[in-house]
Amino acid sequence: MNQLFDIPGAASKISGEVDSVFLYILLVGLFFFVVTQGALIYFALRYRKKKGEPERETPYITSNRALETIWIVIPSILVLSIFYYGYTVYMKMQAPMPGAQEIGVVAKQWLWEFTYPDGRKAVNELHVQTGKPVGLSMTSEDVIHSLYLPDFRIKQDILPGRYTKMYLLPDRPGEYQIFCAEYCGQGHSLMLGKLIVMDAHEYAEWSGRQAGESQAAMPPARRGEELVKNSGCLGCHTTDGSPRVGPSLKGLFGRRVELSDGSSVTADEDYLKESMTDPGAKVVKGYANVMPTFKGTLSDADITDIISYMKTLK
Amino acid sequence: MSEEKAAQSGPGRGYLEEKGWRSWAYTLDHKRIGVMYLFTTLFFFLLGGVFGMLIRLELLTPGPTFFSDQTYNEMFTMHGSMMIFLFIIPGIPSGLGNFLIPLMIGARDVAFPRLNLASYWLFIMGIIVILFSLAHPMDTGWTFYTPYSAKTAASVTVLSFGIFLVGMSSILTGLNFIVTIHQLRATGMSWLRMPLFIWSMYATSIIQVVATPVIGMTFILLAMERLFGIGLFDPDKGGDPLLFQHFFWFYSHPVVYVMILPAMGAISEIIPTFSRKPIFGYKAIAYSSIAIALAGFLVWGHHMFVAGMSVYADVIFSILTFSVAIPTGVKVFNWIATLYKGSISLDSPMLYALTFIFLFIVGGLTGPFLGSLATDVHLTDTYFVVAHFHYTMMGGTVMGLFAGLHYWFPKLTGRMLDERPAKTAWAIIVVGFNITFFTMFITGMQGMPRRFAEYPEKYQAGNVISSIGAAILAFGILVMFYNYVRCMFRGAPAPADPWRGKTLEWTVPSPPPTENFETIPTVTGWPYSYGGKGDGDA
Repeated sequence: MNQLFDIPGAASKISGEVDSVFLYILLVGLFFFVVTQGALIYFALRYRKKKGEPERETPYITSNRALETIWIVIPSILVLSIFYYGYTVYMKMQAPMPGAQEIGVVAKQWLWEFTYPDGRKAVNELHVQTGKPVGLSMTSEDVIHSLYLPDFRIKQDILPGRYTKMYLLPDRPGEYQIFCAEYCGQGHSLMLGKLIVMDAHEYAEWSGRQAGESQAAMPPARRGEELVKNSGCLGCHTTDGSPRVGPSLKGLFGRRVELSDGSSVTADEDYLKESMTDPGAKVVKGYANVMPTFKGTLSDADITDIISYMKTLK
Repeated sequence: MSEEKAAQSGPGRGYLEEKGWRSWAYTLDHKRIGVMYLFTTLFFFLLGGVFGMLIRLELLTPGPTFFSDQTYNEMFTMHGSMMIFLFIIPGIPSGLGNFLIPLMIGARDVAFPRLNLASYWLFIMGIIVILFSLAHPMDTGWTFYTPYSAKTAASVTVLSFGIFLVGMSSILTGLNFIVTIHQLRATGMSWLRMPLFIWSMYATSIIQVVATPVIGMTFILLAMERLFGIGLFDPDKGGDPLLFQHFFWFYSHPVVYVMILPAMGAISEIIPTFSRKPIFGYKAIAYSSIAIALAGFLVWGHHMFVAGMSVYADVIFSILTFSVAIPTGVKVFNWIATLYKGSISLDSPMLYALTFIFLFIVGGLTGPFLGSLATDVHLTDTYFVVAHFHYTMMGGTVMGLFAGLHYWFPKLTGRMLDERPAKTAWAIIVVGFNITFFTMFITGMQGMPRRFAEYPEKYQAGNVISSIGAAILAFGILVMFYNYVRCMFRGAPAPADPWRGKTLEWTVPSPPPTENFETIPTVTGWPYSYGGKGDGDA
């Protein structure tokens, strides 16, 4: 059935159990569906008085104790069983997993920032290893968000000012979609992330590469392009000239831009840097002041490389 | 109203006799006030529907095609808030309720006619204030969750005030109905001889009076948060955004029963009339209305299973939620049992009523997926929820309203509806509705979150199907409204009791005279003695 409707297959053991609860409710539902809709349609057609037919005499039935008892007791039992089944699986989902790798999650309009145990940070992409439990400790910098992994059948709201937790045990390598499921403003549907599950070997390789990457010599513009891709910029800014939540990066460098206060400024290195570290200072006309600061997320070297990349976008 | 005045009204025009806008704006007649509510709320149904169609238009493609993301967010907020606050909450209770309650219990008017008129004008004032908020259109969704609603540039403060006024009107109407039902029943109409529509309106009114003050208070707090920064919902100042959600759902969950109970009441009248059989399980249906109203106050937390509440609160809210399923199921079983061995005429009111049951069963049976904790975590905030509540609210409440409008149209206007366009519209609506919303169950199971202006390409097929269905649905509704408007002026004159109903409103001419009853009737039995000999009781 999952394939028929293109429903994502369960990506972990617990999500398989959620699917079983779903199937159970579906079976109980189908039973009632067939009984009630069957009776409804059958009666409506069987006892239908056709046009011109004389009125049939109808029996005077006002209640039936036995019948009414049955249709209170049986649904009550079935409904309680649904509750209990859903409850047991839910408690398993909520239980902390011993030895879980702690990942910090900061949600903000409109990107995900992940912090690995060794302090490394990543935006919108979280790499984890199969068979190793992960505990996400999540908080928000602005409004309420919700981290939703459809393949894992889990979601948890993320609130400002407190931490909520979510555990998962990835079983199958692959790339899984992360959505924000709680409406959070203009860019809500663009707040997309990826959970990348790797087997032990791949993960080790990726880890090593990450560690070496900071020293790796890459042309600045090339490195800037990677940073733009990996820092969530593309959620709001395009590189093809079309406006999205924010102005496009294409042809931006060196151009004169009109600001929301009526003045204008040339988009040079200083302006672009300021726009990344203090986005509210000079907002481009026609756009809302909604960009989060990247101060602390992007180093000065990162910003320089991003600007080098932007110079290539003519 | 004096008796001379009533005598003046010519035959066949009844309460509609008097002309001129003053005769409407200053009227104390519950029937006229009911009609004004119907016109106002149906206008917002159509307007909200236009926004719904624009949403479906934009969702034809994954990226922004017709509207920007921001405009899309404003449109779904408009669609939701208009449909909920200006159509579905006041629609049946204030519209049909006002028109029918005094007629059905054998009274000349509601207990407080002046208060009734004040409620209507408060409602209109609320609407005007809400229209002012369009200066900076709302983009919060109809749920107004903080801190987003406290921070957005949209006119949340203005809108809060508007909804406060609309809520005030709702409270006063509920109060009026409770007193009317207690005090003004005709001689002999004991509680267990009341039509089931009255029982459901009584339950509805209790919820309106008890729950609505909470939303009024919540919106005042939200406005204060924005104006003075009191910080009740702001974590930086020691507040809690979850508190807003608790307040909000403490009203907004019970209020779904304000929406559905009156529709259930209408169905409970229509099914026995067209089956020529007494309603099965009268007491069960009557008491289940009250049970639903009371239990409905204890389940608000099921909107918040993933919001960050304590796990134990989740568990308790889940089990309480399932307790509402039982009285709801009982009603459905009773309606179906009423059909058994009936002599069923499938006229348009009956078709809509049977469709209500059909669609409401689908809506009801998809509820446990969301009430059960494990599956709710996956499905909440996805299109599965959107599908579920459109099946209960549109398939249920709105279909119940349509059934009621077809059933009482002769009484409201003194004219009959054309059956053929009514049935054509019905067929188109049923097809369009199911294509639109059944598909959303699947889109939701595939994981598409709601309130998404843009979506990954893999969801496009489902969205296109839903949009096509929506176009069909909209066409059906236009046919239906065309029929209403045409027959309001051109329909064949209606007899007093075209459907051979047994409730009291059918004993007076169509349309009823201003004072309703020449002499107040004496009631000697319950109103469902079909197929029986003489008057019976439950």
